[in-house]
Amino acid sequence: MDTKKNKFLSNKGFVLFSILAVVIVLIAAFAPVLAGGIDPTAGNLADAIMAPDAKHLFGTDKMGRDIYARVLYGARISLASTFVLVLAVFVIGTALGVLAGYFGGWVDAVIMRIADMMIAFPGLVLAIAVAGMLGASMRNAIIAIALVTWPKYARMARSLVLKVRHTDYVYAAIVTGSGTWHMLWKYMLPNTITTLVITAATDIGGMMMELAALSFLGFGAQPPTPEWGSMLNEGRDFMQSAPWLMVYPGLAIFITVVIFNMLGDNLRDILDPREE
Amino acid sequence: MGRKNLVRRLGQMILALLGISFISFCLVMLAPGDVARQMIAGNQEIMVSQAEVDALKAELGLDQPFFFQYISWLGRAVQGNFGNSFMMKRPVLDVVLASLPATVVLAASSSAFMLIFALPLGIYAAVKQNTWFDYLVRGFSFIGMSVPNFWMGLMLLWIFGLQLGWFPILGGEVSLENMALPTVTLGIAMASKYIRQVRVAILEELNQDYVTGARSLGMSETYILWREVLPNALLPLVTLFGLSLGSLLGGAAVVETVFSWPGLGYTAVQAITYRDFQLIQAIVLWIASMYMIINLLVDISYAYFDPRLRKVGR
Repeated sequence: MDTKKNKFLSNKGFVLFSILAVVIVLIAAFAPVLAGGIDPTAGNLADAIMAPDAKHLFGTDKMGRDIYARVLYGARISLASTFVLVLAVFVIGTALGVLAGYFGGWVDAVIMRIADMMIAFPGLVLAIAVAGMLGASMRNAIIAIALVTWPKYARMARSLVLKVRHTDYVYAAIVTGSGTWHMLWKYMLPNTITTLVITAATDIGGMMMELAALSFLGFGAQPPTPEWGSMLNEGRDFMQSAPWLMVYPGLAIFITVVIFNMLGDNLRDILDPREE
Repeated sequence: MGRKNLVRRLGQMILALLGISFISFCLVMLAPGDVARQMIAGNQEIMVSQAEVDALKAELGLDQPFFFQYISWLGRAVQGNFGNSFMMKRPVLDVVLASLPATVVLAASSSAFMLIFALPLGIYAAVKQNTWFDYLVRGFSFIGMSVPNFWMGLMLLWIFGLQLGWFPILGGEVSLENMALPTVTLGIAMASKYIRQVRVAILEELNQDYVTGARSLGMSETYILWREVLPNALLPLVTLFGLSLGSLLGGAAVVETVFSWPGLGYTAVQAITYRDFQLIQAIVLWIASMYMIINLLVDISYAYFDPRLRKVGR
Protein backbone atom coordinates (compact mmCIF):
# COMPACT_ATOMS: atom_id res chain seq x y z
CA MET A 1 0.00 0.00 0.00
CA ASP A 2 2.85 2.33 0.90
CA THR A 3 4.65 1.90 -2.40
CA LYS A 4 1.44 2.59 -4.28
CA LYS A 5 0.90 5.79 -2.36
CA ASN A 6 4.43 6.91 -3.16
CA LYS A 7 3.99 6.14 -6.82
CA PHE A 8 1.21 8.71 -7.02
CA LEU A 9 2.72 11.32 -4.74
CA SER A 10 6.22 11.14 -6.23
CA ASN A 11 4.89 12.02 -9.69
CA LYS A 12 5.12 15.82 -9.62
CA GLY A 13 2.94 16.28 -12.70
CA PHE A 14 0.19 14.16 -11.22
CA VAL A 15 0.26 16.06 -7.92
CA LEU A 16 0.26 19.45 -9.68
CA PHE A 17 -2.62 18.66 -12.02
CA SER A 18 -4.60 16.90 -9.30
CA ILE A 19 -4.42 20.11 -7.30
CA LEU A 20 -5.47 22.17 -10.33
CA ALA A 21 -8.35 19.78 -11.03
CA VAL A 22 -9.47 20.12 -7.42
CA VAL A 23 -9.30 23.91 -7.84
CA ILE A 24 -11.64 23.67 -10.86
CA VAL A 25 -14.02 21.46 -8.91
CA LEU A 26 -13.94 23.97 -6.03
CA ILE A 27 -14.64 26.83 -8.43
CA ALA A 28 -17.68 24.89 -9.64
CA ALA A 29 -18.81 24.11 -6.11
CA PHE A 30 -18.39 27.65 -4.83
CA ALA A 31 -19.53 29.43 -7.98
CA PRO A 32 -22.28 31.35 -6.14
CA VAL A 33 -19.77 32.68 -3.60
CA LEU A 34 -17.12 33.52 -6.21
CA ALA A 35 -19.67 35.23 -8.42
CA GLY A 36 -20.53 37.47 -5.48
CA GLY A 37 -24.19 36.53 -5.59
CA ILE A 38 -24.73 37.57 -9.21
CA ASP A 39 -27.37 35.43 -10.93
CA PRO A 40 -25.79 34.01 -14.13
CA THR A 41 -29.14 33.77 -15.92
CA ALA A 42 -30.62 37.11 -14.92
CA GLY A 43 -29.77 40.04 -17.15
CA ASN A 44 -30.47 43.72 -17.17
CA LEU A 45 -30.99 45.00 -20.71
CA ALA A 46 -29.64 48.39 -19.68
CA ASP A 47 -26.27 46.67 -19.14
CA ALA A 48 -26.26 44.77 -22.49
CA ILE A 49 -22.91 44.32 -24.29
CA MET A 50 -20.69 46.09 -21.77
CA ALA A 51 -16.94 45.72 -22.10
CA PRO A 52 -15.08 44.21 -19.13
CA ASP A 53 -14.72 46.69 -16.28
CA ALA A 54 -14.59 46.69 -12.48
CA LYS A 55 -18.28 45.91 -12.11
CA HIS A 56 -18.44 43.20 -14.78
CA LEU A 57 -15.00 41.56 -14.80
CA PHE A 58 -15.55 39.73 -18.09
CA GLY A 59 -18.18 42.11 -19.51
CA THR A 60 -21.83 41.36 -20.27
CA ASP A 61 -23.74 39.68 -23.12
CA LYS A 62 -26.61 40.84 -25.31
CA MET A 63 -29.10 40.28 -22.49
CA GLY A 64 -26.94 42.14 -19.97
CA ARG A 65 -25.93 38.94 -18.18
CA ASP A 66 -22.62 38.93 -16.34
CA ILE A 67 -20.05 36.82 -18.24
CA TYR A 68 -17.83 36.32 -15.20
CA ALA A 69 -20.68 34.73 -13.25
CA ARG A 70 -21.71 32.71 -16.30
CA VAL A 71 -18.19 31.35 -16.83
CA LEU A 72 -17.98 30.33 -13.14
CA TYR A 73 -21.37 28.63 -13.20
CA GLY A 74 -20.41 27.07 -16.53
CA ALA A 75 -17.81 24.99 -14.68
CA ARG A 76 -20.66 23.32 -12.78
CA ILE A 77 -22.50 22.30 -15.91
CA SER A 78 -19.41 21.23 -17.80
CA LEU A 79 -17.95 19.16 -14.97
CA ALA A 80 -21.23 17.59 -13.88
CA SER A 81 -22.32 16.62 -17.38
CA THR A 82 -18.86 15.36 -18.36
CA PHE A 83 -18.59 13.17 -15.26
CA VAL A 84 -22.05 11.73 -15.83
CA LEU A 85 -21.12 11.02 -19.43
CA VAL A 86 -17.75 9.42 -18.66
CA LEU A 87 -19.28 7.33 -15.88
CA ALA A 88 -22.16 6.17 -18.08
CA VAL A 89 -19.88 5.22 -20.97
CA PHE A 90 -17.44 3.51 -18.62
CA VAL A 91 -20.09 1.43 -16.84
CA ILE A 92 -22.13 0.49 -19.93
CA GLY A 93 -19.11 -0.17 -22.14
CA THR A 94 -17.25 -2.23 -19.54
CA ALA A 95 -20.31 -4.26 -18.56
CA LEU A 96 -21.23 -5.13 -22.15
CA GLY A 97 -17.61 -5.83 -23.10
CA VAL A 98 -17.06 -8.14 -20.12
CA LEU A 99 -20.30 -10.01 -20.84
CA ALA A 100 -19.41 -10.38 -24.52
CA GLY A 101 -15.93 -11.64 -23.74
CA TYR A 102 -16.95 -14.02 -20.97
CA PHE A 103 -19.98 -15.68 -22.53
CA GLY A 104 -18.89 -15.60 -26.18
CA GLY A 105 -21.32 -17.17 -28.64
CA TRP A 106 -24.44 -15.26 -29.56
CA VAL A 107 -24.10 -12.80 -26.65
CA ASP A 108 -20.72 -11.80 -28.03
CA ALA A 109 -22.00 -11.72 -31.61
CA VAL A 110 -24.99 -9.50 -30.86
CA ILE A 111 -23.12 -7.02 -28.64
CA MET A 112 -20.08 -6.70 -30.86
CA ARG A 113 -21.99 -6.42 -34.15
CA ILE A 114 -23.96 -3.52 -32.68
CA ALA A 115 -20.69 -2.01 -31.48
CA ASP A 116 -19.15 -2.40 -34.96
CA MET A 117 -22.04 -0.55 -36.52
CA MET A 118 -21.82 2.33 -34.09
CA ILE A 119 -18.08 2.58 -34.73
CA ALA A 120 -18.74 2.90 -38.46
CA PHE A 121 -20.03 6.41 -37.76
CA PRO A 122 -17.04 8.70 -37.59
CA GLY A 123 -16.63 11.42 -35.01
CA LEU A 124 -19.51 13.49 -33.82
CA VAL A 125 -21.89 13.02 -36.75
CA LEU A 126 -24.16 10.36 -35.27
CA ALA A 127 -24.13 12.11 -31.90
CA ILE A 128 -25.22 15.34 -33.58
CA ALA A 129 -28.00 13.54 -35.41
CA VAL A 130 -29.24 11.73 -32.29
CA ALA A 131 -29.08 14.85 -30.10
CA GLY A 132 -30.82 16.88 -32.81
CA MET A 133 -33.56 14.30 -33.24
CA LEU A 134 -34.22 13.82 -29.52
CA GLY A 135 -34.48 17.57 -29.07
CA ALA A 136 -31.82 19.98 -27.91
CA SER A 137 -30.91 19.59 -24.23
CA MET A 138 -27.86 18.73 -22.20
CA ARG A 139 -29.40 15.41 -21.15
CA ASN A 140 -29.96 14.39 -24.75
CA ALA A 141 -26.45 15.49 -25.69
CA ILE A 142 -25.09 13.18 -22.98
CA ILE A 143 -27.27 10.30 -24.24
CA ALA A 144 -26.13 10.93 -27.81
CA ILE A 145 -22.41 10.93 -27.04
CA ALA A 146 -22.74 7.94 -24.69
CA LEU A 147 -24.48 6.05 -27.50
CA VAL A 148 -21.57 6.51 -29.91
CA THR A 149 -18.73 6.12 -27.37
CA TRP A 150 -19.54 2.93 -25.41
CA PRO A 151 -18.31 0.59 -28.18
CA LYS A 152 -14.74 1.78 -27.64
CA TYR A 153 -14.88 0.66 -23.99
CA ALA A 154 -16.77 -2.52 -24.81
CA ARG A 155 -14.12 -3.55 -27.34
CA MET A 156 -11.33 -2.89 -24.89
CA ALA A 157 -13.02 -4.72 -22.01
CA ARG A 158 -13.81 -7.67 -24.28
CA SER A 159 -10.24 -8.05 -25.51
CA LEU A 160 -8.91 -7.84 -21.94
CA VAL A 161 -11.37 -10.50 -20.80
CA LEU A 162 -10.45 -12.75 -23.73
CA LYS A 163 -6.81 -12.63 -22.66
CA VAL A 164 -7.64 -14.49 -19.44
CA ARG A 165 -10.88 -16.25 -20.36
CA HIS A 166 -9.23 -19.47 -21.51
CA THR A 167 -6.43 -19.70 -18.98
CA ASP A 168 -6.08 -22.63 -16.60
CA TYR A 169 -6.80 -20.68 -13.44
CA VAL A 170 -10.12 -19.47 -14.81
CA TYR A 171 -11.16 -22.99 -15.79
CA ALA A 172 -9.99 -24.21 -12.40
CA ALA A 173 -12.17 -21.63 -10.68
CA ILE A 174 -15.18 -22.66 -12.75
CA VAL A 175 -14.59 -26.38 -12.15
CA THR A 176 -14.27 -25.84 -8.40
CA GLY A 177 -17.72 -24.33 -8.39
CA SER A 178 -17.39 -20.56 -8.71
CA GLY A 179 -20.70 -19.09 -9.81
CA THR A 180 -21.05 -17.01 -12.94
CA TRP A 181 -21.56 -13.80 -11.01
CA HIS A 182 -18.49 -14.51 -8.89
CA MET A 183 -16.43 -15.24 -12.01
CA LEU A 184 -17.45 -11.97 -13.64
CA TRP A 185 -17.00 -9.87 -10.56
CA LYS A 186 -13.83 -11.39 -9.04
CA TYR A 187 -11.96 -12.68 -12.07
CA MET A 188 -13.03 -10.85 -15.22
CA LEU A 189 -13.72 -7.29 -14.08
CA PRO A 190 -10.45 -6.81 -12.13
CA ASN A 191 -8.53 -7.73 -15.26
CA THR A 192 -10.09 -4.92 -17.22
CA ILE A 193 -10.40 -2.19 -14.67
CA THR A 194 -6.93 -0.57 -14.70
CA THR A 195 -6.79 -0.13 -18.47
CA LEU A 196 -10.34 1.15 -18.63
CA VAL A 197 -9.86 3.60 -15.77
CA ILE A 198 -6.81 4.99 -17.58
CA THR A 199 -8.83 5.28 -20.78
CA ALA A 200 -11.70 7.00 -18.98
CA ALA A 201 -9.33 9.42 -17.29
CA THR A 202 -7.63 10.37 -20.56
CA ASP A 203 -11.03 10.71 -22.25
CA ILE A 204 -12.44 13.28 -19.80
CA GLY A 205 -11.00 16.27 -21.67
CA GLY A 206 -12.12 14.99 -25.07
CA MET A 207 -15.66 14.28 -23.90
CA MET A 208 -15.86 17.73 -22.32
CA MET A 209 -14.97 19.21 -25.71
CA GLU A 210 -17.56 17.05 -27.48
CA LEU A 211 -20.31 18.13 -25.11
CA ALA A 212 -19.30 21.76 -25.57
CA ALA A 213 -19.24 21.25 -29.35
CA LEU A 214 -22.81 19.92 -29.33
CA SER A 215 -23.93 22.90 -27.26
CA PHE A 216 -22.01 25.21 -29.59
CA LEU A 217 -23.93 23.79 -32.55
CA GLY A 218 -27.17 24.35 -30.66
CA PHE A 219 -27.92 20.68 -29.84
CA GLY A 220 -26.96 20.74 -26.16
CA ALA A 221 -27.53 23.21 -23.37
CA GLN A 222 -29.86 26.05 -24.34
CA PRO A 223 -29.65 29.73 -23.40
CA PRO A 224 -29.90 31.16 -20.81
CA THR A 225 -28.13 28.13 -19.26
CA PRO A 226 -24.57 29.23 -18.55
CA GLU A 227 -22.78 26.56 -20.60
CA TRP A 228 -19.44 27.42 -22.23
CA GLY A 229 -20.19 25.97 -25.69
CA SER A 230 -23.60 27.58 -25.89
CA MET A 231 -22.12 30.90 -24.67
CA LEU A 232 -19.65 30.76 -27.56
CA ASN A 233 -22.51 30.12 -29.95
CA GLU A 234 -24.34 33.19 -28.66
CA GLY A 235 -21.15 35.23 -28.67
CA ARG A 236 -20.09 34.57 -32.25
CA ASP A 237 -22.67 37.00 -33.64
CA PHE A 238 -20.96 39.75 -31.64
CA MET A 239 -17.44 38.90 -32.71
CA GLN A 240 -16.82 42.43 -33.96
CA SER A 241 -18.44 44.46 -31.22
CA ALA A 242 -17.94 42.22 -28.18
CA PRO A 243 -15.02 39.81 -28.54
CA TRP A 244 -15.03 39.16 -24.77
CA LEU A 245 -18.12 37.03 -25.31
CA MET A 246 -15.91 34.53 -27.17
CA VAL A 247 -12.63 34.90 -25.35
CA TYR A 248 -13.59 33.99 -21.77
CA PRO A 249 -15.86 30.95 -22.25
CA GLY A 250 -13.34 29.57 -24.77
CA LEU A 251 -10.44 30.08 -22.37
CA ALA A 252 -12.46 28.35 -19.67
CA ILE A 253 -12.98 25.25 -21.83
CA PHE A 254 -9.36 25.26 -22.97
CA ILE A 255 -7.88 25.54 -19.47
CA THR A 256 -10.19 22.89 -18.02
CA VAL A 257 -9.47 20.49 -20.88
CA VAL A 258 -5.71 21.02 -20.58
CA ILE A 259 -5.82 20.26 -16.85
CA PHE A 260 -7.84 17.08 -17.26
CA ASN A 261 -5.79 15.92 -20.26
CA MET A 262 -2.56 16.40 -18.32
CA LEU A 263 -4.05 14.62 -15.32
CA GLY A 264 -5.07 11.70 -17.53
CA ASP A 265 -1.63 11.53 -19.16
CA ASN A 266 0.13 11.50 -15.80
CA LEU A 267 -2.23 8.88 -14.44
CA ARG A 268 -1.44 6.70 -17.45
CA ASP A 269 2.30 7.13 -16.87
CA ILE A 270 1.88 6.00 -13.27
CA LEU A 271 -0.45 3.05 -13.80
CA ASP A 272 0.84 1.85 -17.16
CA PRO A 273 4.64 2.12 -17.33
CA ARG A 274 4.73 0.39 -20.74
CA GLU A 275 3.83 3.63 -22.50
CA GLU A 276 6.92 5.74 -23.30
CA MET B 1 -5.30 -9.65 -49.29
CA GLY B 2 -6.35 -12.80 -51.08
CA ARG B 3 -9.43 -12.81 -53.27
CA LYS B 4 -11.34 -14.96 -50.82
CA ASN B 5 -10.57 -12.57 -48.02
CA LEU B 6 -11.60 -9.61 -50.13
CA VAL B 7 -14.93 -11.21 -50.95
CA ARG B 8 -15.48 -11.92 -47.27
CA ARG B 9 -14.69 -8.31 -46.36
CA LEU B 10 -17.06 -7.04 -49.04
CA GLY B 11 -19.77 -9.32 -47.72
CA GLN B 12 -19.22 -8.06 -44.18
CA MET B 13 -19.30 -4.50 -45.43
CA ILE B 14 -22.61 -4.95 -47.21
CA LEU B 15 -24.10 -6.47 -44.04
CA ALA B 16 -22.78 -3.59 -41.96
CA LEU B 17 -24.14 -1.08 -44.48
CA LEU B 18 -27.56 -2.69 -44.16
CA GLY B 19 -27.31 -2.26 -40.40
CA ILE B 20 -26.21 1.33 -40.82
CA SER B 21 -29.03 2.07 -43.21
CA PHE B 22 -31.38 0.71 -40.55
CA ILE B 23 -29.87 2.98 -37.91
CA SER B 24 -30.13 5.97 -40.26
CA PHE B 25 -33.74 5.10 -40.93
CA CYS B 26 -34.52 4.69 -37.25
CA LEU B 27 -33.05 8.10 -36.40
CA VAL B 28 -36.29 9.70 -37.47
CA MET B 29 -38.18 7.54 -34.99
CA LEU B 30 -36.31 9.34 -32.19
CA ALA B 31 -38.01 12.59 -33.03
CA PRO B 32 -40.90 13.40 -30.74
CA GLY B 33 -44.23 14.28 -32.33
CA ASP B 34 -45.67 13.69 -35.76
CA VAL B 35 -42.87 13.36 -38.28
CA ALA B 36 -44.99 14.09 -41.34
CA ARG B 37 -46.40 17.25 -39.77
CA GLN B 38 -42.91 18.44 -38.88
CA MET B 39 -41.67 17.69 -42.37
CA ILE B 40 -44.18 20.08 -43.82
CA ALA B 41 -43.92 22.74 -41.14
CA GLY B 42 -40.15 22.55 -40.67
CA ASN B 43 -39.18 24.69 -37.71
CA GLN B 44 -41.93 27.22 -38.30
CA GLU B 45 -45.16 27.56 -36.42
CA ILE B 46 -47.55 27.21 -39.32
CA MET B 47 -50.88 25.47 -39.53
CA VAL B 48 -50.77 22.19 -41.39
CA SER B 49 -54.01 20.62 -42.47
CA GLN B 50 -54.70 16.98 -41.68
CA ALA B 51 -55.30 16.32 -45.39
CA GLU B 52 -51.77 17.52 -46.22
CA VAL B 53 -50.30 15.35 -43.49
CA ASP B 54 -52.23 12.28 -44.64
CA ALA B 55 -51.19 12.85 -48.25
CA LEU B 56 -47.51 13.05 -47.28
CA LYS B 57 -47.83 9.96 -45.08
CA ALA B 58 -49.30 8.02 -47.96
CA GLU B 59 -46.60 9.28 -50.33
CA LEU B 60 -43.78 8.24 -47.97
CA GLY B 61 -45.51 5.07 -46.87
CA LEU B 62 -45.59 6.29 -43.27
CA ASP B 63 -49.08 4.84 -42.86
CA GLN B 64 -47.69 1.34 -43.31
CA PRO B 65 -46.16 -0.97 -40.67
CA PHE B 66 -42.67 0.00 -39.57
CA PHE B 67 -40.75 -2.74 -41.30
CA PHE B 68 -42.49 -2.12 -44.64
CA GLN B 69 -41.55 1.53 -44.31
CA TYR B 70 -37.91 0.59 -43.93
CA ILE B 71 -37.94 -1.82 -46.87
CA SER B 72 -39.58 0.68 -49.18
CA TRP B 73 -37.22 3.45 -48.05
CA LEU B 74 -34.25 1.15 -48.66
CA GLY B 75 -35.65 0.13 -52.04
CA ARG B 76 -35.87 3.76 -53.11
CA ALA B 77 -32.49 4.60 -51.56
CA VAL B 78 -30.55 2.00 -53.53
CA GLN B 79 -31.97 3.54 -56.68
CA GLY B 80 -30.61 6.90 -55.59
CA ASN B 81 -34.00 8.26 -54.59
CA PHE B 82 -33.72 9.64 -51.08
CA GLY B 83 -36.81 11.76 -51.34
CA ASN B 84 -37.02 15.53 -51.20
CA SER B 85 -35.33 18.00 -48.93
CA PHE B 86 -38.00 20.15 -47.32
CA MET B 87 -35.45 22.77 -46.38
CA MET B 88 -34.02 23.20 -49.88
CA LYS B 89 -37.08 22.22 -51.93
CA ARG B 90 -34.85 19.95 -54.00
CA PRO B 91 -34.19 16.22 -54.24
CA VAL B 92 -31.99 15.06 -51.36
CA LEU B 93 -29.47 13.51 -53.72
CA ASP B 94 -28.93 16.88 -55.43
CA VAL B 95 -28.35 18.60 -52.11
CA VAL B 96 -25.82 15.98 -51.01
CA LEU B 97 -23.98 16.06 -54.34
CA ALA B 98 -23.89 19.87 -54.26
CA SER B 99 -22.28 19.85 -50.78
CA LEU B 100 -19.75 17.22 -51.70
CA PRO B 101 -17.13 19.30 -53.58
CA ALA B 102 -16.64 21.73 -50.69
CA THR B 103 -16.11 18.86 -48.26
CA VAL B 104 -13.69 17.02 -50.58
CA VAL B 105 -11.65 20.18 -51.18
CA LEU B 106 -11.41 20.90 -47.44
CA ALA B 107 -10.52 17.29 -46.63
CA ALA B 108 -7.70 17.41 -49.18
CA SER B 109 -6.31 20.78 -48.13
CA SER B 110 -6.37 20.03 -44.40
CA SER B 111 -4.78 16.62 -44.95
CA ALA B 112 -2.02 18.28 -46.98
CA PHE B 113 -1.52 20.85 -44.21
CA MET B 114 -1.30 18.05 -41.66
CA LEU B 115 1.25 16.04 -43.66
CA ILE B 116 3.46 19.07 -44.31
CA PHE B 117 3.74 19.79 -40.59
CA ALA B 118 3.26 16.47 -38.82
CA LEU B 119 5.78 14.40 -40.77
CA PRO B 120 8.90 16.60 -40.51
CA LEU B 121 8.18 17.77 -36.97
CA GLY B 122 7.30 14.30 -35.70
CA ILE B 123 10.34 12.68 -37.33
CA TYR B 124 12.75 15.36 -36.16
CA ALA B 125 11.36 15.35 -32.61
CA ALA B 126 11.90 11.58 -32.46
CA VAL B 127 15.46 11.81 -33.77
CA LYS B 128 16.23 14.60 -31.29
CA GLN B 129 14.42 12.90 -28.42
CA ASN B 130 14.51 14.78 -25.09
CA THR B 131 16.10 17.94 -26.54
CA TRP B 132 14.46 21.38 -26.34
CA PHE B 133 13.13 20.86 -29.87
CA ASP B 134 11.39 17.65 -28.82
CA TYR B 135 9.85 19.30 -25.76
CA LEU B 136 8.70 22.30 -27.81
CA VAL B 137 7.03 20.14 -30.45
CA ARG B 138 5.39 17.94 -27.82
CA GLY B 139 4.15 21.01 -26.00
CA PHE B 140 2.60 22.46 -29.13
CA SER B 141 1.02 19.16 -30.05
CA PHE B 142 -0.46 18.85 -26.57
CA ILE B 143 -1.92 22.34 -26.70
CA GLY B 144 -3.25 21.73 -30.20
CA MET B 145 -5.11 18.67 -28.95
CA SER B 146 -6.63 20.51 -26.02
CA VAL B 147 -8.04 23.50 -27.89
CA PRO B 148 -11.67 22.95 -28.91
CA ASN B 149 -11.69 23.31 -32.70
CA PHE B 150 -14.72 25.60 -32.70
CA TRP B 151 -12.93 28.03 -30.39
CA MET B 152 -9.73 27.86 -32.44
CA GLY B 153 -11.83 28.61 -35.53
CA LEU B 154 -13.55 31.56 -33.89
CA MET B 155 -10.27 33.02 -32.64
CA LEU B 156 -8.60 32.65 -36.04
CA LEU B 157 -11.62 34.30 -37.63
CA TRP B 158 -11.46 37.11 -35.11
CA ILE B 159 -7.70 37.71 -35.44
CA PHE B 160 -7.09 37.12 -39.14
CA GLY B 161 -10.53 37.95 -40.45
CA LEU B 162 -11.65 40.89 -38.34
CA GLN B 163 -8.56 42.44 -36.76
CA LEU B 164 -6.08 41.99 -39.60
CA GLY B 165 -8.61 41.76 -42.41
CA TRP B 166 -6.55 39.17 -44.29
CA PHE B 167 -9.41 36.77 -44.95
CA PRO B 168 -13.13 37.19 -45.60
CA ILE B 169 -15.28 36.38 -42.60
CA LEU B 170 -18.56 35.60 -44.29
CA GLY B 171 -17.66 32.40 -46.11
CA GLY B 172 -20.56 30.83 -47.92
CA GLU B 173 -18.81 29.81 -51.13
CA VAL B 174 -15.85 27.71 -52.14
CA SER B 175 -12.86 29.93 -52.86
CA LEU B 176 -9.19 30.03 -52.00
CA GLU B 177 -9.55 32.90 -49.50
CA ASN B 178 -12.48 31.25 -47.78
CA MET B 179 -10.62 27.98 -47.58
CA ALA B 180 -7.53 29.18 -45.72
CA LEU B 181 -8.87 29.50 -42.18
CA PRO B 182 -10.93 26.28 -42.08
CA THR B 183 -7.93 24.44 -43.51
CA VAL B 184 -5.66 25.80 -40.80
CA THR B 185 -8.20 25.06 -38.06
CA LEU B 186 -8.68 21.44 -39.12
CA GLY B 187 -5.02 21.07 -40.05
CA ILE B 188 -3.69 22.18 -36.65
CA ALA B 189 -6.00 19.79 -34.81
CA MET B 190 -4.98 16.90 -37.06
CA ALA B 191 -1.28 17.77 -37.07
CA SER B 192 -1.23 17.92 -33.25
CA LYS B 193 -2.54 14.38 -33.11
CA TYR B 194 -0.27 13.04 -35.85
CA ILE B 195 2.96 14.63 -34.62
CA ARG B 196 2.55 12.52 -31.51
CA GLN B 197 1.81 9.36 -33.46
CA VAL B 198 4.69 9.85 -35.91
CA ARG B 199 7.12 10.57 -33.09
CA VAL B 200 6.14 7.50 -31.07
CA ALA B 201 6.19 5.26 -34.16
CA ILE B 202 9.70 6.41 -35.12
CA LEU B 203 10.99 6.08 -31.55
CA GLU B 204 9.67 2.54 -31.32
CA GLU B 205 11.36 1.62 -34.57
CA LEU B 206 14.66 3.26 -33.59
CA ASN B 207 14.84 0.92 -30.58
CA GLN B 208 14.63 -2.22 -32.73
CA ASP B 209 17.56 -4.59 -32.96
CA TYR B 210 17.98 -4.16 -36.70
CA VAL B 211 18.78 -0.47 -36.19
CA THR B 212 21.53 -1.35 -33.71
CA GLY B 213 22.73 -3.94 -36.21
CA ALA B 214 22.77 -1.44 -39.05
CA ARG B 215 24.69 1.03 -36.90
CA SER B 216 27.27 -1.57 -35.94
CA LEU B 217 27.76 -2.29 -39.63
CA GLY B 218 28.68 1.36 -40.03
CA MET B 219 25.67 2.52 -42.01
CA SER B 220 25.07 6.25 -41.75
CA GLU B 221 22.29 7.53 -39.51
CA THR B 222 20.66 9.27 -42.46
CA TYR B 223 20.59 6.08 -44.47
CA ILE B 224 19.15 4.08 -41.57
CA LEU B 225 16.49 6.70 -40.92
CA TRP B 226 15.32 7.18 -44.50
CA ARG B 227 15.70 3.71 -45.93
CA GLU B 228 15.04 1.46 -42.95
CA VAL B 229 13.18 3.23 -40.17
CA LEU B 230 10.76 5.50 -42.01
CA PRO B 231 9.07 2.91 -44.23
CA ASN B 232 8.57 0.57 -41.27
CA ALA B 233 7.38 3.25 -38.89
CA LEU B 234 5.01 5.07 -41.19
CA LEU B 235 3.17 2.11 -42.68
CA PRO B 236 0.97 1.50 -39.60
CA LEU B 237 0.04 5.18 -39.65
CA VAL B 238 -1.64 4.69 -43.03
CA THR B 239 -4.55 3.02 -41.25
CA LEU B 240 -4.90 5.92 -38.88
CA PHE B 241 -4.74 8.39 -41.74
CA GLY B 242 -7.41 6.41 -43.57
CA LEU B 243 -9.73 6.77 -40.60
CA SER B 244 -9.11 10.53 -40.48
CA LEU B 245 -9.74 10.87 -44.20
CA GLY B 246 -12.94 8.85 -43.97
CA SER B 247 -14.07 11.06 -41.14
CA LEU B 248 -13.16 14.25 -43.03
CA LEU B 249 -15.06 13.14 -46.11
CA GLY B 250 -18.13 12.92 -43.92
CA GLY B 251 -17.79 16.64 -43.42
CA ALA B 252 -16.27 18.46 -40.47
CA ALA B 253 -19.57 19.56 -38.96
CA VAL B 254 -18.19 21.93 -36.34
CA VAL B 255 -15.49 23.66 -38.38
CA GLU B 256 -17.67 23.93 -41.49
CA THR B 257 -20.36 25.56 -39.34
CA VAL B 258 -17.94 28.07 -37.79
CA PHE B 259 -16.79 29.23 -41.23
CA SER B 260 -20.13 28.73 -43.04
CA TRP B 261 -18.24 26.43 -45.39
CA PRO B 262 -20.94 24.91 -47.62
CA GLY B 263 -19.90 21.26 -47.22
CA LEU B 264 -21.66 18.14 -45.97
CA GLY B 265 -21.03 18.84 -42.28
CA TYR B 266 -22.60 22.29 -42.53
CA THR B 267 -25.52 20.87 -44.51
CA ALA B 268 -25.98 18.12 -41.90
CA VAL B 269 -26.16 20.63 -39.06
CA GLN B 270 -28.66 22.72 -41.02
CA ALA B 271 -30.72 19.64 -41.85
CA ILE B 272 -30.85 18.58 -38.19
CA THR B 273 -31.64 22.08 -36.98
CA TYR B 274 -34.58 22.34 -39.41
CA ARG B 275 -35.58 18.67 -38.96
CA ASP B 276 -35.21 17.91 -42.64
CA PHE B 277 -35.61 14.18 -42.00
CA GLN B 278 -34.98 12.68 -45.40
CA LEU B 279 -31.85 14.79 -45.85
CA ILE B 280 -30.55 13.70 -42.44
CA GLN B 281 -31.08 10.02 -43.25
CA ALA B 282 -29.21 10.34 -46.52
CA ILE B 283 -26.28 12.28 -45.07
CA VAL B 284 -25.84 9.89 -42.14
CA LEU B 285 -25.92 6.94 -44.54
CA TRP B 286 -23.42 8.63 -46.87
CA ILE B 287 -21.01 9.47 -44.05
CA ALA B 288 -20.93 5.95 -42.63
CA SER B 289 -20.59 4.39 -46.09
CA MET B 290 -17.70 6.69 -46.94
CA TYR B 291 -15.96 5.80 -43.71
CA MET B 292 -16.31 2.07 -44.31
CA ILE B 293 -15.23 2.18 -47.94
CA ILE B 294 -12.11 4.16 -47.10
CA ASN B 295 -11.37 1.65 -44.36
CA LEU B 296 -11.59 -1.20 -46.82
CA LEU B 297 -9.36 0.62 -49.30
CA VAL B 298 -6.79 1.21 -46.56
CA ASP B 299 -6.75 -2.50 -45.70
CA ILE B 300 -6.29 -3.38 -49.37
CA SER B 301 -3.48 -0.85 -49.84
CA TYR B 302 -1.89 -2.19 -46.69
CA ALA B 303 -1.66 -5.64 -48.21
CA TYR B 304 -0.12 -4.05 -51.27
CA PHE B 305 2.56 -2.14 -49.34
CA ASP B 306 3.37 -4.92 -46.90
CA PRO B 307 4.54 -8.02 -48.76
CA ARG B 308 4.14 -10.20 -45.67
CA LEU B 309 0.38 -9.78 -45.84
CA ARG B 310 0.32 -10.39 -49.59
CA LYS B 311 1.96 -13.78 -49.40
CA VAL B 312 -0.35 -15.28 -46.80
CA GLY B 313 -2.94 -16.86 -49.09
CA ARG B 314 -5.82 -16.97 -46.67
